[in-house]
Amino acid sequence: MKPDTDTIWAWLDEVPDPEIPVISVVDLGIIRDVVWDGDVLEVAITPTYSGCPATSIINLDVETALRARGLENIRLKRQLSPPWTTDWLSAKGAARLEAYGIAPPSPAGGPKHCPRCQSAAVEKVSQFGSTPCKAHWRCLSCLEPFDYFKCI
Amino acid sequence: MSAALFEMLLRLGDNTLVLGHRVSEWCGKAPVLEEDIALANTALDLIGQTQMWLGYAAEVEGKGRSADDLAMRRDVWDFRNILMLERPNLDFGHTMMRQFLFDAFHRAQLAALAQSSNPRVAEIAAKAVKEATYHLDRSAETVVALGDGTEVSHAKMQTALDLLWPYVGEMFESDDVDAQMAAEGIAPDPDGLRAAWEATVRDTLSEATLTVPQDNFAHKGGRTGARHTEHLGHMLTQMQWLQRAYPDATW
Ligand SMILES: [Zn+2]
Repeated sequence: MKPDTDTIWAWLDEVPDPEIPVISVVDLGIIRDVVWDGDVLEVAITPTYSGCPATSIINLDVETALRARGLENIRLKRQLSPPWTTDWLSAKGAARLEAYGIAPPSPAGGPKHCPRCQSAAVEKVSQFGSTPCKAHWRCLSCLEPFDYFKCI
Repeated sequence: MSAALFEMLLRLGDNTLVLGHRVSEWCGKAPVLEEDIALANTALDLIGQTQMWLGYAAEVEGKGRSADDLAMRRDVWDFRNILMLERPNLDFGHTMMRQFLFDAFHRAQLAALAQSSNPRVAEIAAKAVKEATYHLDRSAETVVALGDGTEVSHAKMQTALDLLWPYVGEMFESDDVDAQMAAEGIAPDPDGLRAAWEATVRDTLSEATLTVPQDNFAHKGGRTGARHTEHLGHMLTQMQWLQRAYPDATW
């Protein structure tokens, strides 16, 4: 029996992002579509950044998770358009990022406040942080450095 | 296959490949850690864009080659990047000035390509223009900080600009390939991008207290493959070393 797509979305929501494991690939907004094409399950995945080295690991993790649930005919499709945007990050994902110490993306172009002490006195250190999707910021109150998930 | 489309895709993919490789040469030895990370991430974006352009080029060619084959198994005369991007990095200031001059062009080019009549070109460009936009934010910011910085940093940035200026003209050169692509609505005529580029570049350079050279002489030949500088061959000996020493190696 074929599981319905809602069930599959829930399974995929348990697949962690390889670089930020507190959020799932569904939270990240990179799973664009899940459809049955006859007996084949097609999952459309969009890359975050063109050169993101995690892309192939994400594909592998998605496929492994679905096989572990007993699915055998899986087709992963790379979907470029429309390009990924941080607007697709789920509210649950944003809250988890913050609890993990990464300031979630904000349309203002910078973090609302320090994810550790909530002070609004923060400054940018560098537009690029530990991964392409993050910038490096610093809190002027607690003096801790932190990552900010860039808005793109 | 469309020979002009293949040629255009090589020009796009070779620009990002060659610059991406050059920028990656800083990995592990940039002036400060933040710059090291920023340069490595920029290189990563450019190599990612290369995979998309050359991947599509290989499909258009239809001879069973892959993006990797195109990147790693062509020699100097088959590369179609502009000469400016194959120049050695020299110092950090020269690297960032080259990045800025290219980013300003690249963003304008990709924004126009995102409107392409060819859906594959449009979707790749729509993805890449987001990255080119923050590349430009950063390189412009750095050019201003160093140009309007200390006496030493100012002098180095002026030297870099003087060295690079004779290479910018090639970005706006047009030939039959460009004319065909423009006529089919696939790509903008490069010459049409010059005015917007000049405006961005002159504003930033003036803020950086740098003097734009008067001479508009342009070194050419990279994007047509007529002639490259001696630097590209040396770069390829590094970039393609593994594929040349161990053809068909997999791991
Ligand atoms: Zn704080």
